[in-house]
Amino acid sequence: MSNNLQDKIETQEYIVNMGPQHPSTHGVLRLMVNLEGEIVKNVDPVVGYIHSGIEKMTESLAYPQIIHLTDRMDYLSAHMNNEAVALCIENALQVEVSDRVKVIRTLMAELQRLASHQLWWCVMGMDMGALTTFFYGLRDREMILDIFEETCGARLTLNYSTPGGVMFDLHPNFQKRVKEFTKYFRKVLPEYNQLLTGNVIFKERTVGLGPLSKEDAIAYGVTGPTGRASGFACDVRKHNPYSAYDRVQFNEILRTDGDTFGRYQARIDEMYESLNIIDQLIDNIPEGDYQAKMKGVIKLPEGEFYQRVETARGELGVYILSDGKKNPYRVKFRSPVFSNLWVLNHLIKGQKIADLVAVMSTLDLVIPDIDR
Amino acid sequence: MAFDIYDFTTLTSSIHQSLSESLPPLAVEMIEWTLVGLSMLIFVALFGLILVYLERKVCALFQQRLGPMRVGKWGLLQTIADFVKLLMKELITPNRADKFLYNLAPFIVIIVTFMAIAAIPFAKGLQALDFDIGVFYVSAISSLGVIGILLAGWASNNKYSLIGAMRSGAQIISYELSVGLTLITMIIFAGTMQISGIVDAQASGWFIFRGHIPAIIAFIIFLIAGTAETNRGPFDLAEAESELTAGFHTEYSGIKFAFFFLAEYVNLFIVSAMATVLFLGGWQPLHFGSFEGFNQVMDFIPPIFWFFGKVMFIIYMIMWFKWTFPRLRVDQILTLEWKYLLPVNLFNILLMTLIVLMGWHF
Amino acid sequence: MKALIQYISTILQGLLTLVKGMAVTGHYFFRPKLITTQQYPENRQTLKMFDRFRGEVIMPHDENNHHKCTGCGICEMNCPNGSIEIITKMIETPEGKKKKVIDKHIYHLGMCTLCNLCVKACPTGAIVMGQKFEHAVWDRTQLTKVLNQPGSELMKDVKE
Ligand code: SF4
Ligand code: SF4
Repeated sequence: MSNNLQDKIETQEYIVNMGPQHPSTHGVLRLMVNLEGEIVKNVDPVVGYIHSGIEKMTESLAYPQIIHLTDRMDYLSAHMNNEAVALCIENALQVEVSDRVKVIRTLMAELQRLASHQLWWCVMGMDMGALTTFFYGLRDREMILDIFEETCGARLTLNYSTPGGVMFDLHPNFQKRVKEFTKYFRKVLPEYNQLLTGNVIFKERTVGLGPLSKEDAIAYGVTGPTGRASGFACDVRKHNPYSAYDRVQFNEILRTDGDTFGRYQARIDEMYESLNIIDQLIDNIPEGDYQAKMKGVIKLPEGEFYQRVETARGELGVYILSDGKKNPYRVKFRSPVFSNLWVLNHLIKGQKIADLVAVMSTLDLVIPDIDR
Repeated sequence: MAFDIYDFTTLTSSIHQSLSESLPPLAVEMIEWTLVGLSMLIFVALFGLILVYLERKVCALFQQRLGPMRVGKWGLLQTIADFVKLLMKELITPNRADKFLYNLAPFIVIIVTFMAIAAIPFAKGLQALDFDIGVFYVSAISSLGVIGILLAGWASNNKYSLIGAMRSGAQIISYELSVGLTLITMIIFAGTMQISGIVDAQASGWFIFRGHIPAIIAFIIFLIAGTAETNRGPFDLAEAESELTAGFHTEYSGIKFAFFFLAEYVNLFIVSAMATVLFLGGWQPLHFGSFEGFNQVMDFIPPIFWFFGKVMFIIYMIMWFKWTFPRLRVDQILTLEWKYLLPVNLFNILLMTLIVLMGWHF
Repeated sequence: MKALIQYISTILQGLLTLVKGMAVTGHYFFRPKLITTQQYPENRQTLKMFDRFRGEVIMPHDENNHHKCTGCGICEMNCPNGSIEIITKMIETPEGKKKKVIDKHIYHLGMCTLCNLCVKACPTGAIVMGQKFEHAVWDRTQLTKVLNQPGSELMKDVKE
């Protein structure tokens, strides 16, 4: 009977455009979702709605000027982006920055990672329908942004690293504030777990959802916490240490489950690791110059230069092709979110619409990083 | 006109008498119905506004915010300002929408809430309809609202709306079952379906105390299923903001949207009022067996305050749920209902029957 | 039987996690002191930005209407998006020598990304970052500013 009925009723897949303006895409990403009832058959991301031409613009800018544009790629990892370009330029010029700069950069990067993960956490909660997490996450992120503002003068677009150092020396209050923050945040982080991680509804919705195997993670080039949740050891901080990461002890968070909950848990664990790194460094910031002597006009030698760093979302690669002038000939950013996005279809096929939102949350998409 | 805050029957009967003296019975009937209708209308409008304000303040407090603070002291006039704004907004009908159904849907939703509210006893003698099948009536009427939601989703010519409406349909039909079964549990205990009878039976003690274990289980299930019935978080799949933008009312604007919005809050009130009536003794004050002094102090508080106090408490609980939990997925909603609530409920009915039969209650 | 116990314990454990979550939100509900909202326009008087906050580029003048800008144009060169235009003029010093001084230091706030590169590059420290952040205007031409005040002069002891 039911078979007969199904033969008689004509059903049809239909396409829903999620975005470019949609509450859950956190920016102007457009997803063309093929649906059969509630089931997602295919997801086709359409990118380019916020293309800002950063790579092209850099070709007409001097090297110190490039850095401030990278703030606007993955704006939640602004410092790491700055650092990546600065490191690349320093490598090309063979400039040795002082230990102080290295430690400052590492501290800032870890604070930035925390801020980014906090925002990710609260938005993840909101996507799942727990609206209160949004405010708790932002509340804690505010403290980090205050630290940034005091030292760097900006909250989001830091532009703090410069070739050969950092823009300003640390503010005298920096250590005090950071210590206050880590103390406070270690107390609050278990609350995050209590509110969301342990919640039975949350667990039901995320455990086992959208599993990503290690092979697929490597094949798609999925890096960052998303890749590490699948067991892909891709932490640049560990395997290719830069700045002060070679002098701190920390664990690379590796998980084997690779599902949505695994990706969630990987980020929560990373927050603890970031706190550890900060704790190790905050009390012994070496003395030294905060800015190495650089020429007035920076010219890179002819050649290709590549530097990778670990942003909050994965591996950011900066490739500079120089022809010896004061502008680069070509700059390419290997941005983590761009690679991570394309695994979405693989993860979500056959799941529900609600799962699409959850999976997308754990990929932690920042749209300008896709369309840089 | 005699006015007694402890017993409204004197008030209503004196109105009735003074009217009957000068008018024919039919006219009296008409006038009385109009009066009741008007007071219901005013009550719903006011209470809706207050609830919206409260929701915003309560949610703000949960989220460590201040909530509305600009319009009036502590933002007290905010909802009124919002209401005026909604009144002045353009009513947009989407292209190729089914005009008739599209316009009909909000009215179905709002009318149904009015019909249900008529059976709620606010205080002694303050109840518009007192059927001998009152509980059955409320449960039957409140399940009609889903028709409005389905129509809204279908007629808007919007895929999001349609998905939202379908979810809502599946959800309400299944949770209606749980609500019904908890009602049956309590009816077994009360022995009557008449709402005033149920309230009177709780004069010596609220059912949640007297019925102990099965009543508490029924209460919890009723809270869960009631939250689902009102389409509120964590069961707000029909309008899941992060998935479906606004679900079934995506395309509605202005006063039509306000109808859906108001209906949500009035439904919230109805569910809480039913929980109050069935489990927390309606407008009956809190009494403890033999503490005479305590009982007298409690009696001193007028029943209408008791009623609204309890309703507010349950509304607060439901708000607390909404602002804490993540949303369930559509299949999990059905799993929860059919795999957990339903079996527990059926078992609970058996338990209740046993307890009533054996007289193991207070 | 085992299945039944498991069934009941899943229900109870699930309920427990829900209650735990409610405890967190409830905790904050009853502590309105912890509210973090600031009421912005009302707290203008007490609102203080951090010293290094980058709100806009300004050129401080002393009480004699003197500034430190020599008109060298380095800030203009360093600005990544052309927000600064330097217009110089030639004047004759009392000693009779011709000298290039700043006529207008034009700053387009609407284009500025507040990157601090100009401030860092300025050899005399003539421009700094101001703390003002309320930049909304009705007309975008108002966002184009001349930083040196009319009639202002170069400070005496600024090395060129
Ligand atoms: S802050 Fe940056 S963008 Fe603004 S004027 Fe100075 S150099 Fe240009
Ligand atoms: S502000 Fe500084 S850098 Fe710019 S023209 Fe004046 S002196 Fe030169």
